[in-house]
Amino acid sequence: MKLIKAIIKPFKLEEVKDALSEIGVEGMTVSEVKGFGRQKGHTEIYRGSEYTVDFLPKVKLEIAVSDDLLNKVIDAIVNASQTGKIGDGKVFVLPLEEAVRIRTGEKGDDVL
Amino acid sequence: MNTKLAKTIILGAAPFKFLLLAVALFLSYSSPALADENASDDFDIAAELESLEASLPSASEEEKEGIEGQISTLQYAIDNYIPLSSGFTEDGDGAGDILAGYLGLSGGVGTEYEYGFDFYTTSTLWTCIAAALVFLMHLGFATLESGLCQKKNVVNVLFKNVFIISIGVVTYALIGFNTHYPLGDWGIVDNWLSIGGPFNPPDGDFGGSDLSYGPGVGLCMTGYGDFIFQAMFAATGATIVSGAVAERVKLSSFMIFAVVFVALAYPIAGSWHWGGGWLASMDFKDFAGSTVVHAFGGFGALACVLVLGPRKGKYTENGIKPIPAHSFPLAAIGVFLLMFGWYGFNGGSVLSADPGNVSLVFTTTTIAAGAGALGAILASWVLLKKPDLSMGLNGILAGLVGITANADIVTIFDSILIGGIAGVIVVLSIMFLDKSKIDDPVGAISVHGVCGIWGTLACAFFGGSDFMVQLIGAVAVSVFAFVFAYVVFAALKATIGVRVSEEEEERGLDISEHGQESYTS
Repeated sequence: MKLIKAIIKPFKLEEVKDALSEIGVEGMTVSEVKGFGRQKGHTEIYRGSEYTVDFLPKVKLEIAVSDDLLNKVIDAIVNASQTGKIGDGKVFVLPLEEAVRIRTGEKGDDVL
Repeated sequence: MNTKLAKTIILGAAPFKFLLLAVALFLSYSSPALADENASDDFDIAAELESLEASLPSASEEEKEGIEGQISTLQYAIDNYIPLSSGFTEDGDGAGDILAGYLGLSGGVGTEYEYGFDFYTTSTLWTCIAAALVFLMHLGFATLESGLCQKKNVVNVLFKNVFIISIGVVTYALIGFNTHYPLGDWGIVDNWLSIGGPFNPPDGDFGGSDLSYGPGVGLCMTGYGDFIFQAMFAATGATIVSGAVAERVKLSSFMIFAVVFVALAYPIAGSWHWGGGWLASMDFKDFAGSTVVHAFGGFGALACVLVLGPRKGKYTENGIKPIPAHSFPLAAIGVFLLMFGWYGFNGGSVLSADPGNVSLVFTTTTIAAGAGALGAILASWVLLKKPDLSMGLNGILAGLVGITANADIVTIFDSILIGGIAGVIVVLSIMFLDKSKIDDPVGAISVHGVCGIWGTLACAFFGGSDFMVQLIGAVAVSVFAFVFAYVVFAALKATIGVRVSEEEEERGLDISEHGQESYTS
């Protein structure tokens, strides 16, 4: 089992979600986050004074997947959220030790 | 059972009440008012008419016009059942006199209009509505200030606004009104200083609901009407300060300051002009308070801000680090509410329902507001590369403050210039203050102080007032407000402190002063 953390541009969320449901991913957690990578921030201006905003709004998806689905999911996320412009985001893969369904108490791959 | 009957009556009562109201209104409009027989003991209208007509042949050319006007007025009043319940009195303060005066001022329109309204009632009604509109400006201030501050200080800003309107009206009743209007009876220094007592007029003695209070076309309402209208003005002076000191002022110190500022400083400054003091005797012109309300508040705010200091982190070695508004929708709503309330602020300052003046003032006020926004948008877009919403909003207010002194003596074209120039001035002033490291989160000093002086001087440029008199008045009130505020605030700083600690300021005043959050999700 693996836990995928993907940082994507916010307006790509719907596309990624649709691409994932097509390949059989049944659940995910989404949070609104701020961040930057090599894409720096931008300048804003308020009452005549400029200031830089370093952090840009992003969306973070967390998806728990079974090992056999892992590469399909990564490809789906990358293809759906790619724009080719700087700031597209990143996908991280972490090993997942255990998964439990709270309602029934089940454990293991069936839960994903 | 009784409950069923009671339910039926209660359910049925509403439609019946409306029916009764409709019938009452219909009857009151369709039937002529019954003249009070006793009132004509003072004056016999028919005899007065006769004597006027008798005096015509022997009158001079100038007198003839006046007498003919009076005759047509009387005739018109009789023909159209204008309520003459207080008749024509020897003091010239009856409803009939009001009508005569009004018709005279309107150039004898008399028979062209079909009106049966009681001018006095309408004027009082309008004044009360205007008072409610001025009250609405406090909602505008509350919304604007909370929109322009940071989320962590919203509760504190709102709390200050709640406090100011409350203490404002109460102190105005206890001491403000009679300090503001000594009416020739100066207790301490003639034409300069008088401290009055509570407003509690017995009926029939200047004020209260006595119908003979202010019965001219220039002041036409009951005493309570005058009181409540002016009471709403009083709190707006202190609330101007609350915006400028927001986000770092200590609440208890500000509350103490606000009490003395609104209870003492405002009425004293106002008494110099509206209360018949030394400015009034110089023919100083300030229609609705560009100087005595706005410049007063603006320069008081400047003094407090100088004593208080800027918000932490605003002015760094690398330049100005802006602290942006947390809610532009709230700020915009606030400004539009303020403009809405300004119709009462300026419109009600006509102090009667004089149709000519009220409609003129509504027009000039509106045009100046629009021109102010345009002037500010133009100035900020040119100087700051991008169109800034907060500047546009301040521009509307600047135009309104600018027209407040002269709304009843200028033309539409004048209003465009007055408002437009105010809009440009406010942008320049805001930028100048920021460059001078004077931190004003809402632009109150620029909008009210600087543009208040502009509006006062505009009376000379556009309205024919004497420039030196306007300058003297504007400067005198501004300096008084500044010095008063500076002394009080500096005293508070030396004793209990006027600023929250750095930690409290970082955490936000909502938590540190109130233990409450503005938005709990």
